[in-house]
Amino acid sequence: MFQILPNINVDWMGWRKPLVAVSIIVLLAGLISALARQATPGGTDAFNLGVDFQGGTVITAKFKEKPAADEIRAALNEIGITEPIIQDSLDKQDEVLIKVPLIEGAETEAAPGAEGSEAVSATQVELGRENVKRALDKFGKEADPTLALPDDPNAAYKIVGTDSVGPVAGAQLRTQAIQATLLGMVGILLFIAFRYDWTYAAGAVIAVFHDVLVTLAFFSVFQWEISLTVLAALLTLVGFSVNDSIVIFDRIRENVTLRRDEPIYKLTNDSINQTMSRTIVTNGLVFLAVLALVLFGGEVLRGFSLALFVGAITGTYSTIAIASPIAIWWQSKLGAGQMKEVTIDKPTEKLASASRRSVTRRPVTR
Amino acid sequence: MKNRNLKVRAIIIFAVTLVGIYLVIGPRRMLTKQDLTWTGIKQNLEQNINLGLDLKGGSHLVMKVKTDEYLKVLTENNANAALTAAQEANVNVAANNVVTADGTYSIELVPEDANNLPNLIEAVKRNVDLVNWNESSGGNSVTWSLPSNMQTLLKNQAVEQALKIIDSRINAFGVKEPTLQRHGAESSGQILLQMPGVDDPERVKKLLNADSNLQLMKVVSPPSPAPVKTYPTEDAARQSVGGALPPNRKVYEYIERDDRLGAVTPETERPKQYVVVEYPAVVDGSELRDASAVSRTGTEGDYQIAFSLKPAGADKFGQWTSENLNNYMAVVLNDQVKSVAYIKSRIDDRGEISGRFTKAAADDLALTLRSGALPAKIEYQEERTVGPSLGADSIRAGVTASLAGLAFVVLFMLFYYRGSGINAVIALILNMILTLAALIVLDSTLTLPGIAGLILGIGMAVDSNVLIFERMREELRAGREVIKAVDIGFDRAFITIIDTHVTTIIAAIILYLYGSGPIRGFAVTLTLGLLINLFSAVFVSRTIFLWLIQRNPQLKKLSI
Repeated sequence: MFQILPNINVDWMGWRKPLVAVSIIVLLAGLISALARQATPGGTDAFNLGVDFQGGTVITAKFKEKPAADEIRAALNEIGITEPIIQDSLDKQDEVLIKVPLIEGAETEAAPGAEGSEAVSATQVELGRENVKRALDKFGKEADPTLALPDDPNAAYKIVGTDSVGPVAGAQLRTQAIQATLLGMVGILLFIAFRYDWTYAAGAVIAVFHDVLVTLAFFSVFQWEISLTVLAALLTLVGFSVNDSIVIFDRIRENVTLRRDEPIYKLTNDSINQTMSRTIVTNGLVFLAVLALVLFGGEVLRGFSLALFVGAITGTYSTIAIASPIAIWWQSKLGAGQMKEVTIDKPTEKLASASRRSVTRRPVTR
Repeated sequence: MKNRNLKVRAIIIFAVTLVGIYLVIGPRRMLTKQDLTWTGIKQNLEQNINLGLDLKGGSHLVMKVKTDEYLKVLTENNANAALTAAQEANVNVAANNVVTADGTYSIELVPEDANNLPNLIEAVKRNVDLVNWNESSGGNSVTWSLPSNMQTLLKNQAVEQALKIIDSRINAFGVKEPTLQRHGAESSGQILLQMPGVDDPERVKKLLNADSNLQLMKVVSPPSPAPVKTYPTEDAARQSVGGALPPNRKVYEYIERDDRLGAVTPETERPKQYVVVEYPAVVDGSELRDASAVSRTGTEGDYQIAFSLKPAGADKFGQWTSENLNNYMAVVLNDQVKSVAYIKSRIDDRGEISGRFTKAAADDLALTLRSGALPAKIEYQEERTVGPSLGADSIRAGVTASLAGLAFVVLFMLFYYRGSGINAVIALILNMILTLAALIVLDSTLTLPGIAGLILGIGMAVDSNVLIFERMREELRAGREVIKAVDIGFDRAFITIIDTHVTTIIAAIILYLYGSGPIRGFAVTLTLGLLINLFSAVFVSRTIFLWLIQRNPQLKKLSI
């Protein structure tokens, strides 16, 4: 039996203050980044929202010999457009649709006035076209605007259409997503309160918020692009984080029943230690699988992979550093008398967790 | 554990697995030899799983809302309403001039008696909503015109409204996971619709642009028992109201729809009839609460539309019908009278559009009625088939990376838990097959967010096994015999697994109920994955252990 960390005895809860401090620092960094970026005129916004959320410009290019999508993407990356959406046209094989996000700062160039919004999108379209042309020139010259592509012997491609596009996921979808997630949290809160106790419910849900906010902090600080796929990743990490918290809580619940006289502080530490090999195996596997996605998943999935990557780390961390300390802290405030009676179905069975009392080096009377 | 119990478990597992595998890679027709070859399996797999726009692409449709037409109709309606208001206020209007061209939308009214001008203005403003219009009166006439910033605003509203209606129609039609967005400059009135593989794109296109202008109107006719007054030509109908049509009258063609197979008389050959109706309508489509296709006899071509009205419309309609007993009422759809009936008794909120529709036509009409009328017609400007929006190359990279991750997980489980790792791997593979099978049964479309849900489900499947195995190891370390350790391992871990799974399923169901599009896709695959997990990770895995123990009840060492 090969075992990672068979018997450890770490005082996790003793570390809670420095750990919470780390979380606060990361969250503050994210908050400062978001606020500062938002407040700086002409600069970047709090978050780097992609075409999905913000809209952008779609350019239809016709090629004599169409390069592969990743070549086009590489060319666009070279000139600084990091997240284009490249969509092949299947019925017109020589054409490709390239969607680029809004170019930041372009608004300031637009003429002010009643037709303001119109003017902005015109400049955005022009800028987008110019940028894409600059990138595509790598494959050869653009055809003379007066000539059709086949008629211009020197040309490699021609931009046959430019249009601005609105967001796929508009403000409505965004608010709906946030509302649905918050309602989901309420559901989780109620269920954990029903199965365990309000203190644990609060701990788990606050840990989830922590994880989402930490991930968003990373996205703001590093200006990784947020697309619809990132939204999916955020939902995934919510599930992952809750799962991790419940596994520990379940063990605490079991230990509380078996070792009624011991302080919850100690029981929490022991529970984390007892489940440590599970934590390392499961979360290590998730971490490595997501790492593969970050390294080899390609450019387009980068946002998705990075969100999951940050989430895999913070989901594990927050169980120990956020969820458990909050539950303990609240219970110490409440005093034992007000705690809900937590029992498992078969408390009579003598379980391994009870037999490992020796780890605690303290005799317990039941 | 008893032998029989184990047998039942094994039979259940084999049956479910076989059905799952068939659903995923089997054809939806009689099995042939071709289906057992590698290419055949790949083909069936592709056919069975609906992939979304981001993974497979689909049709790309650019359409334009005819916003100019919207303003034109708006102006004309306001002009009609203004004339009616003038008539009701007993102000004779000598001339009216409605301009709806070249970016100018204006209504000019000239009263016969210039002294009546203030009365006219007051009457019109009381009855017609002209808040957004510029009013200018000079000499003996008054003009309302729509300023250009208001034109832009109204056009924009029309496009937004069209967007909503198209969205509801496309969803009601059952197109899965389309994307709908504004396209082009704001003033262009363009909308871009992308939808993954649709069986009948032409029907969708027709449906999106279908008119659904329903009006219930009073027919100008002597009351029942006299037959309803109809006219053989439009002119004859006009003559009956004195030649020029007053603003509160309309003449409509009267055609009863007949889609029956081998209908007695084709629509085009039946004699034309016209009726005169009172304008404006008693209630119109905006008052509809619901509409549905109902069959009268159950045969094809014998469907009609049953509709019900919202409370406000129902009040109005109830009052009106009780005051107009025995008069004739026309159900007018898109400026054609579909049916005429006399009012036998007060009708509150229910009615029907009779006529013989085919089922498809009735379904589509009911759907367009429910979604409301488009503010203006749309025209299709560009149509093409596009590849996946995530890009074929990135999908390949993503699949490769995921497979690498999965392979690593499998290898680790086999290495770390040895013999028991086989259990975990079987449970994992079964979980993936059954989740896909469930998606196919539900006819859902798989998109990247859906795959994210799948990944979380797989992650929790691995976790379930890890929880069980770690618990067994703990019990074995505590010196418990194998049978006992397996039992306690499953029993204790089961409590944890139930709690984690139920919590996540609750959250996923809420996401499904309150979310839309990509969020729903995520919620569906996650819920399925977790439900199946309770079967694959707990039931199947335990059965394998039971089988091991049953083969050798004296088992001293467990490969874990």
